[in-house]
Amino acid sequence: MYLIKLVFRNALRHKLRTALTVLGLVVAVLAFGLLQTVVHAWYAGAEAASSTRLITRNAISLVFPLPLTYNEKIRQLPGVRSVSYANWFGGVYITEKNFFPQFAIEPRSYFALYPEYIVPPEQFRDFLRDRRGAAIGRKIADIHGINVGDMVPIRGTIFPGNWEFVVRAIYDGAEAKTDTSQFFFHWEYLNETLRKNAPRRGNQVGVYVVGLTSADRAAEVAQTLDATFKNSLAETLTETEKAFQLSFVSMTEAIVVAIRIVSFLVIFIILAVMANTMAMTARERVSEYATLKTLGFGPWFLASLIAGESLVIALVGGLLGIVFTYPVAHEFGRAMGTLFKVFEVSNETVWMQLAAIVIVGTVAAVVPAMRAARVRIVDGLRNIG
Amino acid sequence: MSPLVVEIRNLVKSYRRGDQVVEVLRDITLDIAVGDFVALMGPSGSGKSTLLNLIAGIDKPGSGVLRVGGIDIASLDESELADWRGANVGFIFQFYNLMPVLSAFENVELPLLLTRLSRSERREHVHTALGMVGLADRMAHYPSELSGGQQQRVAIARAIITDPAILVADEPTGDLDRTSADEILKLMERLNTEMGKTIIMVTHDPYAAQRARRIQHLEKGVLVSDGRG
Repeated sequence: MYLIKLVFRNALRHKLRTALTVLGLVVAVLAFGLLQTVVHAWYAGAEAASSTRLITRNAISLVFPLPLTYNEKIRQLPGVRSVSYANWFGGVYITEKNFFPQFAIEPRSYFALYPEYIVPPEQFRDFLRDRRGAAIGRKIADIHGINVGDMVPIRGTIFPGNWEFVVRAIYDGAEAKTDTSQFFFHWEYLNETLRKNAPRRGNQVGVYVVGLTSADRAAEVAQTLDATFKNSLAETLTETEKAFQLSFVSMTEAIVVAIRIVSFLVIFIILAVMANTMAMTARERVSEYATLKTLGFGPWFLASLIAGESLVIALVGGLLGIVFTYPVAHEFGRAMGTLFKVFEVSNETVWMQLAAIVIVGTVAAVVPAMRAARVRIVDGLRNIG
Repeated sequence: MSPLVVEIRNLVKSYRRGDQVVEVLRDITLDIAVGDFVALMGPSGSGKSTLLNLIAGIDKPGSGVLRVGGIDIASLDESELADWRGANVGFIFQFYNLMPVLSAFENVELPLLLTRLSRSERREHVHTALGMVGLADRMAHYPSELSGGQQQRVAIARAIITDPAILVADEPTGDLDRTSADEILKLMERLNTEMGKTIIMVTHDPYAAQRARRIQHLEKGVLVSDGRG
């Protein structure tokens, strides 16, 4: 009890120094949390992936399409529950800055495969009825202020021309990690237009989404599926949805690694600052430690005084940093628009922040605590005056 | 004659300074009886503070016999020595050495935290000790809110709170004006005469030394004379 009282009073002794150290910790823990959230956001697509879905694409490259005729063949394979397909549209909404992914999909089967996209039934009905209709994620609707019934013009890049869509549905995510930054429209609308203007590009799809009867059968189905189209004009490459998403992340892996390193460097820097603060504090109080030793207090008491003070400062700064991470991450995510599918502070990030706080608080106190514990009374008392 | 509380025979203490060995105390032999009040005097570097530190158990001798309260304290390890100091020695320092973040009450209570006394017993002891030094009305004050003389009285209350056998004081009036110094010396005299405390005091000040029953002079690490008694 007395120890705790002393620890708290010592921590508040140099208010400005403590306040600045706490401020440094707040910024460091906040920056660490934000950078870790960026890393998580990078992997969000893979984390949100279902283990009961496979993605089949052209074995040569994702750029090359697959024939629509594969749809029925895939559906008949053992272990396959349902199949849908999608084309990456890659259009521009007003300017390039307003990026969000657009997909031409077969709506009934696609939404059946993605139960995490929650659409009000009447809106979904309207979407199905309107061939120029679009179903958009809540995030896009919020960022661009789009409502149901609004017309959304998209300038095609891969599929040239000015395309106009009427928003018929806005979907929400079943979970926080669900991607609500996508824009879906009817594959039939795209296909009709292509068949009219560029017949060679008709009846082709970008990827097939394959729903499995059981996640255990993923490897077997993928193997059978690719074997089915072996030696055809368009050989397939089938992988789990997670692996498919990770293949995109791997293209930018160096950036993710750099962000990770920077996040840990931030913690290392605050550790050095904190260790310096504690060393300075302990040096100033050598005579007090000598006095306490003279009175009969042992080395453990002195070490606990310093470690306790270090932990209290680290915890106050660190916990404030964690608390501030949420609003700052929210604003940061908003400012980034649809760059990140999901930008949420995960529990894992908070645990990592907590671990960083405890490590900083403990490690910063090690050397000063050892010095205080070892101080010779005679030398310590000489420091007075 | 009163029994001895300090027995020193052929005590030697030296320090290593680089390659050189500096002998600080040479062949010191000294007896201090229970209830005595001894002033250790001498010029700077004569070894008087070192001798005091050895008697108080905060430093260890090189050779010789050093018995305090019948215990050969040179043979105790650090932890035993800390326990022994806590129970047997009260310290009064030149610069008071109070914890600035603790009130007068808490400073005095500090040594009692190492005892088995309950909170209420501790409170009672602290009230008595602060009452004895005339600071019953300053218990809640922090050191920075007290004068030098008052801080030294708090330090004396802290020194006597565990009822130690001996009090060691290193220049207890060195940082005080004459009036405050006088008060402190009177208080120490009272502790010696009324409570029978054995006091060993290092001082430069001949006026302060006059208050002691005995004056011991040290020069260049050697006990040269017994000034009185």
